[in-house]
Amino acid sequence: MEILAILIPVSLFLGGVGLVAFFWAMKTKQFDDPEGDAERILTKDWDDRPKP
Amino acid sequence: MTVVEDFGRLPALTPSLAPSLAPVSACPACAAVPAAERIAALRAARDARIMLSLPLAHCAACISTVEGSLSAVPGVRSARVNLTLKRVSVEAAPDVTPAQLIAVLAAEGQEAHELDPGLLSSTETDRQGRDLLMRLGVAFFSMMNVMLLSVAVWSGAEDDTRDLFHWISAAIALPTVVFVGQPFFKSAWASLRVGRLGMDVPISLALILASSISVYETWMSGHHAYFDAAVMLAFFLLLGRYLDHRTRAIARSAAEELAALEVPRAIVLLNGAEVETAISAVVAGDIVLIRPGARMPVDGVVIHGASEVDRSLLTGESLPVQATVGTIISAGEVNLTGPLTVRVTAAGKESSLHRMADLVAVAEGAKTRYTSLADRAARLYSPLVHILSFSAFGYWMWATGGDVRHAINISAAVLIITCPCALGLAVPAVITSASGKLFRKGLLIKNGTALERLAEVDTVVFDKTGTLTMGIPDPVGLADHSHEVLAVALALAAGSSHPLARALADGSRAAGISPALVEDIREVPGHGVEGQWQGTRVRLGRFDWCGAKALPVTASYLSVGGVTHAFAFTDRPRPGAAEAVRALKAAGMRIELLSGDSEAPVQDLALRLGISDWRAGVLPAEKAARVQALAAEGRKVLMVGDGLNDTAALAAAHVSISPATALDAARVASDIVLLGQDMAPIADAVRIGRQSARRMVENFVISGGYNVVAVPLALVGAATPLAAALAMSLSSITVSLNAMRLK
Repeated sequence: MEILAILIPVSLFLGGVGLVAFFWAMKTKQFDDPEGDAERILTKDWDDRPKP
Repeated sequence: MTVVEDFGRLPALTPSLAPSLAPVSACPACAAVPAAERIAALRAARDARIMLSLPLAHCAACISTVEGSLSAVPGVRSARVNLTLKRVSVEAAPDVTPAQLIAVLAAEGQEAHELDPGLLSSTETDRQGRDLLMRLGVAFFSMMNVMLLSVAVWSGAEDDTRDLFHWISAAIALPTVVFVGQPFFKSAWASLRVGRLGMDVPISLALILASSISVYETWMSGHHAYFDAAVMLAFFLLLGRYLDHRTRAIARSAAEELAALEVPRAIVLLNGAEVETAISAVVAGDIVLIRPGARMPVDGVVIHGASEVDRSLLTGESLPVQATVGTIISAGEVNLTGPLTVRVTAAGKESSLHRMADLVAVAEGAKTRYTSLADRAARLYSPLVHILSFSAFGYWMWATGGDVRHAINISAAVLIITCPCALGLAVPAVITSASGKLFRKGLLIKNGTALERLAEVDTVVFDKTGTLTMGIPDPVGLADHSHEVLAVALALAAGSSHPLARALADGSRAAGISPALVEDIREVPGHGVEGQWQGTRVRLGRFDWCGAKALPVTASYLSVGGVTHAFAFTDRPRPGAAEAVRALKAAGMRIELLSGDSEAPVQDLALRLGISDWRAGVLPAEKAARVQALAAEGRKVLMVGDGLNDTAALAAAHVSISPATALDAARVASDIVLLGQDMAPIADAVRIGRQSARRMVENFVISGGYNVVAVPLALVGAATPLAAALAMSLSSITVSLNAMRLK
């Protein structure tokens, strides 16, 4: 059962990464326009260079 | 331009235009400088951030077109479309006007309307929503991890392994409960301070008791710890809270958008210059120009011009009223024919429109006394939970001869199992599902308890003008007139923008009439149109101007060489009005029609729609009094109205609906807004309201049912953490599924 000492921290760490990603997404207002973001990925406007 | 010349003839008014900027001096020229300053100030007051509503935007291509074409406009710094809200926000130099951008979008085939950014104050609700969502995320993360550790314990982990898992669970659960439980702790504390036991008191107690007893048990290496139950409880309750918040936020943002669509602007005349400015900057004594077709932004007295005004939104009368020099006009009336120059007597908060808000506030006081189903359930439930838990503690103290640890364990288990996880979801889930359904039908539910109240309705009171009718005239009996008369009338009417003239022109064109050759056509504002036809003078307009005898209904009159003809109009009924009335009758409702209009048109419409109970010439106060009288009889009244004269009645009614075309004040006072033109969804709303009230009661029964099974187990001490977790998640899921059964 010594493996638990490694596995539990690892699983908690991975879960924590997910949580931090969720916080970041919320801080950068990525849930403000879900429909628009879903459509925006289909446009070709900024395929060649990033939007200035 | 005539207005400018006239303004010049009013020198006495000029100094009063700049009262706050400079003391009124004896020299007339001095006043011009502050006036110029004020012009500059008014112009600069406009925000550089422009918000436009894009009702038709729906795809990726729309985003590219809108953003691309707007960015190409000189002076625009950035444009960003929000497809979820169907809005675009533009950062631009101050000289870029919304009208300019709307024209650019129209050329690209995108319909756009200006929004007042000041009214879209969604940042506060945004912040709250984000805060709840963050807590929900944390609760979810902890719930999943603790649950995973708990599965090992349930499936038989023993001794040191169990203790280790309990300690890790504690390390995750304790900070989570402290962070996630804050909304509950705060509101529980607030309700305790005023001496009430809200739903949040047992919730907070369960969270605290479950966490502390589990820590103690873990310390003593006991068998049962309730960390998973505590975190799961917090998660499900937060989910209910978040759903509730989101439904209200969506409703609020849609209602705000309706209000923001009417950008309150006035054209102020300063030293002969026309300055378009926000209403808030207009002060009493200013001179305001009101173009035909515009709504009066202020209260005032006409000082120049002649026109007709439509007072239907204020009084309900469908007949336009003549306005000449000296006529007192109030905000909310619509100027129909000629431009009017008005000296402002009251603007903004002092105007008659806003004074009405007091009446609304009084009536609203009555409405807040309504206790929702959730409140009634909480009132019943919350003492019961405490009594059960404490008596379990007392009994086990006595039965075990003072084993505090065992007694606390059992009372914590009782508290967790009875804790209203499903109750917290029972109402929000139903309301979310029902208002989503009604929104797609074109009904905006502004108030959370509106659906429950709608379910209790047994009497419907309708307003006429603008509610059951569109406020658009329709000519009747055109066939009674000779072809020649109609041809002359059409020729005269075609040149006017008066609503009656337009309706007459449309009606006779539809009847296949072509216009006669009428020369020298000119419009006389406030009177009508005149011209020369085959050498005789012909006039189309008001009865007194044409020398005709007035009919008791809305009518336009034509005089041809001394002979007069009358064209009568009826108000076009709103599509779906007849269906809505029929469906409401079939649902067993008593229907009344209260109108401020005169008797003939009201009777006509009542007959057409089959409403037997109608009254004409009702004053606003009488409407409210009638609604209150019905309420005193024990009836639950649904009021449907749109005008200022309905506002008090809307607020006094048990529940109220107003169309989107209603005055702002009426929309604010009502609980539900009808977004489309069609009225038929009202009957649907009543049906869905009844259905959702039934679902809510069912949900309470379901969660009560789980308790009936689980509480006895907990009381005898047979409830394990596994049983608590199962009861909690099963009841929450059943309740949510039941809510989604709405049709």
